Amino acid sequence: MPEIIAENIAAVPSAPPVETRAERLRNFWSDFRESWVAVGALIVIGVLLFLSFGAPLVSPQDPYDMAMLDWLDAFLRPGTEGSGGYVHLLGTDNAGRDMLSAIFYGLRTSFVIGLSAGALALLVGIAVGLTAAYFGGRIEALLMRIVDLQLSMPAILLALVLVAMLGQGIVQIILALVVAQYAYFARTTHGAAKVERGKDYIEAARSTPLPTHRVLFKHLLPNVLPPLIVVATVQVASAIALEATLSFLGVGLPLTEPSLGSLISNGFKYIHSDRYWLSIYPGLALMLTVVAINLVGDQVRKVLDPRNSR
Amino acid sequence: MSAALEVRGLTTQFSTRKGAVTAVNDVSFLVQPGRILGLVGESGSGKSVTGFSIMGLIDEPGKITAGQVMVQGTDMRGMSLEEQRKMRGRAVSMVFQDPMMTLNPVLRVGDQMAMAVRVHDKVSKAAAWDRAREALEIVGIPAAVERLQAYPHQLSGGMRQRVAIATALLHRPAVIIADEPTTALDVSIQGQILAEVRRLADETGTAIVWVTHDLAVVSSLADDIAVMYAGRIVESGTAAEVIANPRHPYTRGLIDSVPGLHEPGQDLPQIPGSTPQLANLPSGCPFRPRCPRATDICATIPPNTGTEAHAVLCHHPLEAT
Amino acid sequence: MLSYFITRIAQAIVVVFAMSVIVFVGVFAIGNPIDVMIDPGATQAIREKLIAQYGLDQPLVVQYWTFLRNVFAGDLGTSMVYNIPVVDLVFSRFPATLELVAVSVLIAVGVGIPAGLWAGYRPDSIGAKLVMALSVLGFSVPTFWIGMLLIMGFAVELGWLPSGGRGDEATFLGVSSSLFTPDGWSHVIMPAINLSLFKMGLMIRLTRAGMVEAMGTDYVKFARAQGLPDRQIVFSHILRNISIPIVTVLGLELGSTLAFAVVTESVFNWPGVGKLIIDSILQLDRPVMVSYLIMVVILFVLINLVVDLVYARLDPRVRLKGGA
Repeated sequence: MPEIIAENIAAVPSAPPVETRAERLRNFWSDFRESWVAVGALIVIGVLLFLSFGAPLVSPQDPYDMAMLDWLDAFLRPGTEGSGGYVHLLGTDNAGRDMLSAIFYGLRTSFVIGLSAGALALLVGIAVGLTAAYFGGRIEALLMRIVDLQLSMPAILLALVLVAMLGQGIVQIILALVVAQYAYFARTTHGAAKVERGKDYIEAARSTPLPTHRVLFKHLLPNVLPPLIVVATVQVASAIALEATLSFLGVGLPLTEPSLGSLISNGFKYIHSDRYWLSIYPGLALMLTVVAINLVGDQVRKVLDPRNSR
Repeated sequence: MSAALEVRGLTTQFSTRKGAVTAVNDVSFLVQPGRILGLVGESGSGKSVTGFSIMGLIDEPGKITAGQVMVQGTDMRGMSLEEQRKMRGRAVSMVFQDPMMTLNPVLRVGDQMAMAVRVHDKVSKAAAWDRAREALEIVGIPAAVERLQAYPHQLSGGMRQRVAIATALLHRPAVIIADEPTTALDVSIQGQILAEVRRLADETGTAIVWVTHDLAVVSSLADDIAVMYAGRIVESGTAAEVIANPRHPYTRGLIDSVPGLHEPGQDLPQIPGSTPQLANLPSGCPFRPRCPRATDICATIPPNTGTEAHAVLCHHPLEAT
Repeated sequence: MLSYFITRIAQAIVVVFAMSVIVFVGVFAIGNPIDVMIDPGATQAIREKLIAQYGLDQPLVVQYWTFLRNVFAGDLGTSMVYNIPVVDLVFSRFPATLELVAVSVLIAVGVGIPAGLWAGYRPDSIGAKLVMALSVLGFSVPTFWIGMLLIMGFAVELGWLPSGGRGDEATFLGVSSSLFTPDGWSHVIMPAINLSLFKMGLMIRLTRAGMVEAMGTDYVKFARAQGLPDRQIVFSHILRNISIPIVTVLGLELGSTLAFAVVTESVFNWPGVGKLIIDSILQLDRPVMVSYLIMVVILFVLINLVVDLVYARLDPRVRLKGGA
């Protein structure tokens, strides 16, 4: 009875159906494309990344170079021509800094902080989550209790405390964000890994003499990756927002190293005069960035959610 | 006198990415007051969708595309949505499969039942609770007053199903659709409920459509049987006639695979293959790929080759004895 | 059950203790507060006298021990900036924060739950999608930026509302609050809306998810089969069911609302506890920082503990697993 044999083969525990990497990417993309909002958001992110990391090429002025700033150019309205002989599309700030250039450079700082904090938090989180899920017992109990406690505290508060302890500067901010955010990744990794661990194929892999790290990295990790990708997009956006908030509160980056947050903070001082452009434009750039990343993350979550596969 | 329920040419479709799927296909039947119709089929045969279609409770992406549902002679499909709602619970009512899920876990039984009373009859809360108590007593629940005060999780599964049946009975509807109401219960409780339902149908004159996959249950309970396969009724007649003298090969296969209706000491035969997916049905008779009697002509939809009293949709029906 | 309670409470105490050490050591690693306090021209002798007065010449362990002893005596130290006891300082600021948080929770619930119910009732409608899009904005756009836009729009451009500060107070039934005066409301409304947006987004999502789930349940289908109108099903059946998780989340969110108040209070210059902590961080006012942080830790541990214990009571499966 060939049918019965075929059925028995299908019943042998195995990892979820194997697709080649290219196939999986293609399927992912075709599902992702269904939301034009998400595709638009992805394009916006691409443009913003280009403008920020290509800031020295595309911006009319280097806002860090104090020698290029002229006090006579201070508070120029958007669209006015300054002493540099070019039009300040978004106006200038109190130090005569071209706002457009400052936003591009500030965006770069924000991206650097958001991406590196996100990546580091991802690594730390995976390490903690996998360790807990793999070893179980007391190690798991201790690690996950710490993670839970941290998750119950809002990230902004934790970051605030850490920055207060560590002091100001890019490295300190990144560190503070990593400590504040790794818990989300640890929780997700742990949750997904626990589910996968219960499945037969991991038990099968564990019962063979494969070394621990091979089970972890070859079998567990690929299966916990999808939910992690979703968390990662959201966390990069929230790292950028957190950094901006800290800088706005005055405990983040100083204005000499402008991130979007410190630009807005600076502009906030002039909110009662009608110099709206000092704060509105960097704020719009921040909002655009954060919302675009979140929209992409939302769509990625929908696509990767197994309940949505039809 | 008109029938309690008459369904004519009922067709319900679901729109999916791959196009419209017909879950209920040109279904017609008739139930007289006080009689029980057993609507039998495997899961995916469209029997539950038929039940919900009669109630007018088909949600997007589903839609009733054709047919009539006549309750005591009036067509529910010709009514406005508001009029249809007023028919539900009063003229037609429904009981579901899993009694653990049909009652709201955070509301007292009495509150839920009183709400069902007061939605159609403007009576005081106290009077509604009184009606609820009477209904519980009718379905044989002892200490009804205490049960009304209870939350659903404080009652057993069988008790909860009785509460659901009592709720369906509150307005003495002409028709009750019972969607596998005993499947989730223990066999002994199942027997009690079946006896109770039989008695209620006889005493109250309520017509019951008993939707089930369990031929053994309907053979002892129902007056009439309609067998559904892939959205169509393929055979219908009185229960005694269909069980004793099945004429559709599918019905034959079903009866042969029921232990109680089969001679002991032999292997139970099974119908080869599996229920087809509604999204890609074979052309013509949907049972064709699994049928031992299939020939080329089965690629066309079969007509009724039986009588009006015992209808069969088959090109090659089994001999009538 | 009892052993579970005891384990959890013991754990909570250990956590508070550990956090207090971390916070204490961490905060004392920052700069020298004396330099901030005194005139740069002061003599070395005055400096050292002050350092000795605040006990800053002692080893950290001794300083921590002194601090701990004082805490148990109800003394959290004296603010270096305001020169009054920290306990008095925090309690004098607390009513303002409480007002802000209360109004913002009211707004979040009053708008978020109906919007979520509606979005969950017709999840495919344009309106529902709009509501969800707005909730994404409430989640992702930084609070301070929205606050700033509110000020620019309603205070600077339109001039309808004051741009910051707390309004006149009035006393009613022995309670003094700015919520008893129209001026107070004109001041509180903008910051409260600002603070409510995140929670509102959360409420919308939570309510919508619960609504969508409930609409598919048998008990809702059963209610519809009885002829109940949808309005009654939503308000009598569904709302009762989904209110349990909503209330739980609201309780848990209380802590994070206090944290977000830090941002909102700074933007709107609201004289609450959140503004106090930011100012004390900027001014290196250590006693205030340490006390506030430890109070927050205790608050969070308490909220967690209460939630855990309540769940343990409701769900016997948690009890069986023991104090993991």
